[in-house]
Amino acid sequence: MSKNTTIIDFKHKQAAHCENGVISNLLHHYEIKLSEPMVFGIGSGLFFSYMPFLKLNDLPVISFRPWPGKIFNRITKRLGLKIQRLKFNDQTESMDALDRNLQQGIPTGCLVGVYHLSYFPQAYRFHFNAHNIVVVGRENGEYLVSDPIMPDIERLSYHDLQRVRFAKGTVFTPQGRMYFITGISSLNNLKEAIVKGIHQVCKEMLGIPVPLFGVKGIRYLAKQMRNWPKKLGEKKASLYMGHVVRMLEEIGTGGAGFRFIYAAFLQEAARELEQPWLNDMSKEMTEAGDRWREFGVIAGRIFKNRAGQEDSYIAASEVLLDIADREEKIYRRLRQIKLS
Amino acid sequence: MKEKEVPQDEGLTEGRFEDVCYALDDSGNYTIVRSTGWQPKTDAMLQAWDVIHEKVEQVRKRVLSGELSPIAYFMEKNIMDVKLLSDYAGLPKRKVRKHLRPDHFDNLDDKILTCYAETFGISLEMLRNFRETLEDK
Repeated sequence: MSKNTTIIDFKHKQAAHCENGVISNLLHHYEIKLSEPMVFGIGSGLFFSYMPFLKLNDLPVISFRPWPGKIFNRITKRLGLKIQRLKFNDQTESMDALDRNLQQGIPTGCLVGVYHLSYFPQAYRFHFNAHNIVVVGRENGEYLVSDPIMPDIERLSYHDLQRVRFAKGTVFTPQGRMYFITGISSLNNLKEAIVKGIHQVCKEMLGIPVPLFGVKGIRYLAKQMRNWPKKLGEKKASLYMGHVVRMLEEIGTGGAGFRFIYAAFLQEAARELEQPWLNDMSKEMTEAGDRWREFGVIAGRIFKNRAGQEDSYIAASEVLLDIADREEKIYRRLRQIKLS
Repeated sequence: MKEKEVPQDEGLTEGRFEDVCYALDDSGNYTIVRSTGWQPKTDAMLQAWDVIHEKVEQVRKRVLSGELSPIAYFMEKNIMDVKLLSDYAGLPKRKVRKHLRPDHFDNLDDKILTCYAETFGISLEMLRNFRETLEDK
């Protein structure tokens, strides 16, 4: 084996979402067996924000997830894991640091842009700079990459990996960021971590005193949506609708803006905490998810056929209001959760 | 969503991956189901690309009519704006803006052109003989 060949025995598993997937795969490597939904739940990955005054490519900012990196921060804090994070100004130095890690057998998470990610399908290659991958080896000058979106290990050349690690952008740039686990815990505070994770989601979905976030944000979006055709004209209104559906589904939400992953988490939490009422909460969250999909179908008709128009916007808005009511009930009850 | 309801519509993944979805099995437990795609999502993504393609087409015409330089066309084609292009090519924004004008483009030396060609992932010839490339489309 040449000096430049290192292959870490890393179990790659495909996931719905990159951040959860990378964390789940990294933890499994250190024998901490947490599923993707569990990682998502403990890391409080569920969120909603609608900020119409902030525009990206002429479209209002809508998000179903917290700021990239948040899930990772929360899970390491709640489980007491030690991690190291590095950021670089010098590109060669960032690649050297990665090589040193690989030689020591440390699987290393990297933040990358997807526009130049050569194995990604063309239609997914936008200038999106908060994708997560784990680099797990180097062979014949190529890097072995565990990308949670892909079914198998992928390969990237030195040049390609360097380029995506230093992707440029207007909102956020990865700057060669990499992270890896340096110390693990025994998981004896798992139950407490689950409860903390649930509390934070409830707090953020109910309690932020500005109407742009959580269930208030969903209602705000619903109310504005009714007026989109009048206010923006048919074409732009239909673009806005398409935008909402993309945010809801595009890369790795596991369906319905993470609602189904969260329902799966609640089911696991019911078992782990021995609190069967969480199964009912899971059911209700699944129903909310199903309603989000119904919303997607109505929205889809608008931007596909350009038919129905104003009636359809009102129908879509009604579904969102119903979702906000349903979810509010769920979070109000979940908020009561205690360690039994 | 139940396992059997997980949509298997046409997707845009070129067969490179399938989406991981979480759905309920017959006994009401969550399980992982793979999905080839979901029509509303596919349509929403196609809509976003249509907007980009429309813009590229408009700029292509303006380049051919001599109003803009080919840099403008390749910038649009790579979904970039002046800021992003300036970052990738390592040139000041002020200069990039200047190079979008055909008269300035004609005077560019190979060194600068190479910066752009590398950023766009095309050859220097393609950038120099842009008319052939652009008229083909």
